[in-house]
Amino acid sequence: MAHDHDHTEPPADIALRVKALESLLVEKGLVDPAALDEIIDNYEHRVGPRNGAQVVAKAWVDQEFKQQLMEDATSAVASLGYSGRQGEHLQVVENTPQLHNLVVCTLCSCYPWTVLGLPPAWYKSAPYRSRAVSEPRSVLAEFGTHLPQDVAIRVWDSTSEMRYLVLPIRPEGTEDWSEEQLQKLVTRNSMIGVELATVPGDSNPQGEGNN
Amino acid sequence: MQGGHDLGGKQGLGAIDPEPESEEPVFHSEWERRIFGITLATGMLGQWNIDQSRFARERQHPADYLRNSYYENWYEGLCKLLLENGLISEDELRNGNVSEPIARELRVPSRQDAEKILSSGGPTQMELDIPPKYQPGDKVLVKKNFTDGHTRAPAYVQGCIGEIVIHHGGHVFPDANAQGHLQGEHLYAIRFSSEVLWGNDKDNSEVTIDLWEPYLTKA
Repeated sequence: MAHDHDHTEPPADIALRVKALESLLVEKGLVDPAALDEIIDNYEHRVGPRNGAQVVAKAWVDQEFKQQLMEDATSAVASLGYSGRQGEHLQVVENTPQLHNLVVCTLCSCYPWTVLGLPPAWYKSAPYRSRAVSEPRSVLAEFGTHLPQDVAIRVWDSTSEMRYLVLPIRPEGTEDWSEEQLQKLVTRNSMIGVELATVPGDSNPQGEGNN
Repeated sequence: MQGGHDLGGKQGLGAIDPEPESEEPVFHSEWERRIFGITLATGMLGQWNIDQSRFARERQHPADYLRNSYYENWYEGLCKLLLENGLISEDELRNGNVSEPIARELRVPSRQDAEKILSSGGPTQMELDIPPKYQPGDKVLVKKNFTDGHTRAPAYVQGCIGEIVIHHGGHVFPDANAQGHLQGEHLYAIRFSSEVLWGNDKDNSEVTIDLWEPYLTKA
C-alpha cells in the first residue's frame, strides 16, 4: 500500500502520540482529567451487553414488555434504566423461524451503546463492514452460524442515529427458566445477529463470564 | 464523499477473524482507552457535532483510512478537529507543549457534567412542519450524489430502487450538520433486494438502510 507521504520523518508510535496529545489537552485546560476518568470508567465497567441481555430475557418472558419494546424500544429500554448516548433512538428487530436479522454500520461503527456497550473490534473492521451487506451468509458462517437457506436474512445498515438491537429466538427447552437464567443465554453476538442465543447444554457458551 | 470509509459491498478486504466474545476486552491497549476518552471529552466542549466528527475521520487518503486501526482513525480525526477549530496549533501538536492560549471562552465539562451528558445523550429527532413525501410501501430511487462533502447515502445504494418500510420522523440531516447547519429532514428505513444491489440473491437476503428524504426521488 505504498503511497506518497508529505512528511519526512516517520511519525512517533501511536501510543506516544496519544499520550502527548492528552498531556497537551490537559495542560491547556481543554480536558478535565476527572471527566476523562468518568467517561472511560463508564464504558469500560458500567455499560455493556448485560444491559441488552436483560432487555431480551424480559421480552422473552413478559408479553406486555415485548409489545412495548417492539412499538417503542427507546422508552421500553429506558423503563429498565438504560438510556443515553448512542441509544437515543432504539429499534428492536425480531428474529423468527423464517427471518434472521443482522446489524452492521458500513460507513463507520454505529452501535447501540446503551444496551451493548462499545462495539467489538471485528464490528468496526473493514471485512465485516464491507461483507455484511453483500454476503451475509458467509459472514455468519465465520461466526459458526449456519442457517438453512430458506431462512431469509435481513441486514440493517445503521446509517442514521437509529440504533438496532436484534431480539433472538428464545431457545427451545427453556420454557420453565427464570428471567435471570435466560439472561445467561443472551450473548452480545446474538443481539448483533451474528449468532443465535446459546442453546442450553451447549458446551461452549460464548457469553459466559462476559460483562 | 465516497472515501475509504464507504465500505458496503467492497471486496478483497479478507476474513473477519472475530475474537471470541468471552475473551475480548473493551480496549486492547492503554492508548485506545485514552483516545476514546479524550475524543468524547473534547466533543463535550460543543465545538463540533457528531457529523463533523465523522467527516474529520473520513477525510483521509483511503489507503491511510484502511491501513489505520479503528482508534488510529479516531486520533487522526480528533487532531483535525482540534486544529481546524483553533483549539491547538500545528506547533503545539508537534512539540506537545502549550504555546498559545485559547482565544475564546470555553466551558470545560467536569466529572458531573460528563456523567450528565453521557446519560442524557443527544437526540436527533426534530419536529417538522412539512409532512413526509413518502409512505411505507412507496418505491423510491436513491439519487446519485457525487459530493466531496459528508453524506450518509452509501455508494452501494445510490442509483438503486428500494421500498419504504418505516417512516422514522424528522431527524437532523447529516449532510448539512457536517457543515454546521442544523436542518431537519424526514428519515425512512428503506428495503433493497439483493438482485437490485448485487445482481443476484444467492444468500436469500435483503438490506434495510436509513436514508433522508433529500437523497430520494419517486421511482
